[in-house]
Amino acid sequence: MNTVVHLSGPHRRGPDLRELVAKVAFGDQDAFGRLYDAVAGPVLGLIRRVLRDPAQSEEVAQEVMLEVWRTASRYRPERGEVMSWVLTMAHRRAVDRVRAAQAAADRDQRAAAQSHAPAFDEVAEQVEGRLEREQVRRCLQMLTELQRESVTMAYYRGYSYREVADMLGSPLGTVKTRMRDALIRLRDCLGVGS
Amino acid sequence: MTIAADLHTLTGAYAAHALGEEERQAFERHLAQCPACAQEVREFTATLARLGAAEAVVPPAELKARVLAGIGTVRQLAPATADPDAAGPAGHRLGRSGRRWPALALAASVALAALLGGLAYQQHDRADRAQARATALQQQQARFGALLTAPDARTATATAGSGVGTVVWSESLGRAGFLASGLPALPAGRTYQVWFNDAGTMRPAGLLSASAGSLVLDGPIDGAAGIGVTVEPAGGSPHPTAAPMMLLGFT
Repeated sequence: MNTVVHLSGPHRRGPDLRELVAKVAFGDQDAFGRLYDAVAGPVLGLIRRVLRDPAQSEEVAQEVMLEVWRTASRYRPERGEVMSWVLTMAHRRAVDRVRAAQAAADRDQRAAAQSHAPAFDEVAEQVEGRLEREQVRRCLQMLTELQRESVTMAYYRGYSYREVADMLGSPLGTVKTRMRDALIRLRDCLGVGS
Repeated sequence: MTIAADLHTLTGAYAAHALGEEERQAFERHLAQCPACAQEVREFTATLARLGAAEAVVPPAELKARVLAGIGTVRQLAPATADPDAAGPAGHRLGRSGRRWPALALAASVALAALLGGLAYQQHDRADRAQARATALQQQQARFGALLTAPDARTATATAGSGVGTVVWSESLGRAGFLASGLPALPAGRTYQVWFNDAGTMRPAGLLSASAGSLVLDGPIDGAAGIGVTVEPAGGSPHPTAAPMMLLGFT
């Protein structure tokens, strides 16, 4: 069943990001420019997916990139890849923004109205992005519906697992374990090494 | 025991930033004492990053300019000295001595130079298999670089829809360059054409066949008041056949 071709991650070509971060930590602006080129697309894309609003998304993406500049010296390679470090920061900020911006009830309505909004066209321009997307899509399809809903509502829309449980009408404990089960299967499907 | 087992199942929700504040804090206390949980969180974080990276878009060029302009005002954290993994003594010395780039007089030029680098890099990427194009681009970039680093280099920027155009010019060199990103996609058989504005008369200054790119303009500034950009048939026109979509003055 596991016939998925494992790509080595979203940054398999291009510069060595760890090296760039190490240089950025010492104020190397040129290295920061190259790091920006490597991560800004995923950063902005993820934030847009969560926030929807393009202008607000750019604002948050800008904050995230400045945070990368500010905290580059705190990056620890043994804790994960650079892309993962940066996208975790981006996701955290996007989620904070979502939660600060509106009451949950507002969002339910908005999300219902927008849940079928088309993905951003720009992605189609990038072959590499398309491959990555295709693989993620395939792995998501291998989940049960409840697993998939739990993880995508939390990650792509910024809902807390309590909100997810409310919206799906499932017990808290179930959503909690489904979210974990989903991530275990996605991890294995995407070939994320331990 | 039950509580610990219960907390352990929160690894997924924690990695997805789906815990409330109190739960997050409780879980983090647990995390410090549960290497298996920490390992799982790292893996889930990396897994979710793949989901995030799959959403990549092409960011607008002006975002990079804004970010690069912003780093000048953000103080960087020093390496955490308590951490044994922090950079060694040599690293600290480097940090202390503040190996920062000298502040350049024109902040705009710095941002623009970096922006140009980014665009050139993207272009280079696409032209990977076309060595000739890559070489031409490098030469173009070198000439553009000379323009940017001229002591009297100045810039002006305008937008057209989602697109951004910047003109950079140096009176002492008598030359100008044009840099664009995110311009509307061109229909087949059309090109962007840049013109020098000689008191209302448009003089051909170069072609840009993509919605992003940079070029050193053909010919000297020679008293031109600015530049204009039009959409023309491929190969360009001797005179503009359409109203300018962008006008930039040398002011």
